[in-house]
Amino acid sequence: MSRIAETFKKLQSQKKQALIPFVTAGDPAPAMTVPIMRALVSAGADILELGVPFSDPMADGPTIQRSSERALKHNVGLKDVLGFVREFRTSDTTTPVVLMGYANPIEAMGYVTFAASAQSAGVDGVLVVDYPPEESKDLVGLLKKCGIDSIFLLSPTSEEGRIEQVGRMASGYIYYVSLKGVTGAANIDLKEVGAKLPLIRSHIKLPIGVGFGIRDAQTAKAIASISDAVVIGSRLVQEIESSQPDQLIGNLSTLVGGIRRAMDER
Amino acid sequence: MQMYEALKAYNLPDEQGHFGPYGGVFVAETLMHALDELRTQYDQMRKDPAFIAEFASELKHYVGRPSPVYHAKRLSQHCGGAQIWLKREDLNHTGAHKINNTIGQALLARRMGKKRIIAETGAGQHGVASATVAARFGMECVVYMGSEDVKRQSMNVFRMKLLGATVVPVESGSKTLKDALNEAMRDWVTNVENTFYIIGTVAGPHPYPMMVRDFNSVVGRELRTQMPEVIGRQPDAILACVGGGSNAIGAFYPYIEDRDVRLIGVEAGGLGLASGKHAATLCAGKPGVLHGNRTYLIQDENGQIIETHSISAGLDYPGVGPEHSWLKDSGRAEYVAITDDEALNAFHTLTRMEGIMPALESAHAVAHAMKLAPTLAGDKVLLVNLSGRGDKDMNTVAERSGLKL
Repeated sequence: MSRIAETFKKLQSQKKQALIPFVTAGDPAPAMTVPIMRALVSAGADILELGVPFSDPMADGPTIQRSSERALKHNVGLKDVLGFVREFRTSDTTTPVVLMGYANPIEAMGYVTFAASAQSAGVDGVLVVDYPPEESKDLVGLLKKCGIDSIFLLSPTSEEGRIEQVGRMASGYIYYVSLKGVTGAANIDLKEVGAKLPLIRSHIKLPIGVGFGIRDAQTAKAIASISDAVVIGSRLVQEIESSQPDQLIGNLSTLVGGIRRAMDER
Repeated sequence: MQMYEALKAYNLPDEQGHFGPYGGVFVAETLMHALDELRTQYDQMRKDPAFIAEFASELKHYVGRPSPVYHAKRLSQHCGGAQIWLKREDLNHTGAHKINNTIGQALLARRMGKKRIIAETGAGQHGVASATVAARFGMECVVYMGSEDVKRQSMNVFRMKLLGATVVPVESGSKTLKDALNEAMRDWVTNVENTFYIIGTVAGPHPYPMMVRDFNSVVGRELRTQMPEVIGRQPDAILACVGGGSNAIGAFYPYIEDRDVRLIGVEAGGLGLASGKHAATLCAGKPGVLHGNRTYLIQDENGQIIETHSISAGLDYPGVGPEHSWLKDSGRAEYVAITDDEALNAFHTLTRMEGIMPALESAHAVAHAMKLAPTLAGDKVLLVNLSGRGDKDMNTVAERSGLKL
């Protein structure tokens, strides 16, 4: 069983939902990434989503765009990101790590090299924003051979046929984008999410994580009550952006810890 | 009108929008539904005689088509060798070929019931063309433009505002065309229900490269009729500048199966390919994925998109339409690069020799024709697609001559 599947199984037995924080690798500086990953786990994260910096993050709002720009100032590329995962694995062999990013850095590295390097680094899942199922058959096949899950997005505009199509290729979990727009946009519509998830569940047996627009512990708690996982990105990246370097880890831990407690309240 | 029947054997793209390994639909799930809807609607419209007739009527009465072909005799004499002819897209309403496509997409938007249109722009020509059709059809219009380009093309910014459009300067990334495209995509994904995104070039996810090509191919179809009328045959070569490549594909497409006609795309060589400061994607880039399609890109070894340079904002783009990538790999079209200085020289030469002031973009194609002509016999004919007029470039040209207007 993959680390992701094991994680969800364990959480299910504890009647808990997964907390999945997203941070951009290399933001604010390369040396901070692995300490941030460890701090997120200590504060209660179950799975880590690590953003691969890209020059043209089309699906991201200004907050995550800026984080990508900060990382790129340090020339952080896909190879470096795999290096961070490898380093993280020296002290943590249980927390799943999912790489999230755009197609072109993977295109530049080549599918075969990427799949093999990701496996040896200890990556558990890959979510490529601009590889929809119809354009990612080859990569998904290669990743599967390397024991890596391919995570796909679904959105409020995904219709039934689309959900089935994604379901045939996805593994690990489904990432439900809870609003129309880019990351970090307006607040989430709980009613809409609540109405869509049963439709997805009727076609896909994987756990469903919900992200985009979750900005505080109370919203996270509400989302956790109807989903299997809560993804928080822009809010954390904002904290990284606004924190003094020496307080960054502490601030992130407080924020994530608060969300964890709210999600676990009964 | 045989808009879609010019080609019998060449039938790209395929159902999923692929030109060989290029093209396709590389977008986030959030845009999939909108693209499906667009594809379905366009598939219907392209076969609908009423839509085709409406488009043709707009091109004739609003744009002023057909645009003439013109024998640049003094320029040909000056260069020696082959005869240079110009397809006068600069004479279109709004001064460039861009209006062919924006009219088509605006008609589609209207039929789809979308009241708001958005567009990205580099030089401002596509922004002006979009703002123009928005005014023509009474639609709201928002144009995204890199803040660097807003500075370089202040005249076009003012034109767009006069036409009632909102111009949003984009401050992210390199603050040029590619970032404007990113921002327009972000707007579209947020406002997808009431908004139609008019992409200005043959890039983006399927069906855009096909749709923009189809609308612009009026240029090549006119040429096929006009050239036999004036010289008794088709030209020996067609030259067009390539940024995203919409004017070039418009001229090339109806000639793809006509192997006797050389197709030459002219890219922006900037300060020279060796300098690294250029926008010659097909000459110096390699394949990757950006802005919804797989195509040649100017990128570093990590797959990050590199800032490009060109004297002409309209060619300053690190990607290129996927069909050009296919035409390059298949050997059907050739692609070359012309430097800033060569383009500027062509701008001045054409202006003085023929009284025609080309856009700096189009001046790249003129410059290559001026290089090529002397190597060919006097009975050969080079047809340059003069995609736009140079009025918008007065500030740039003055600045390069050490003047301030």
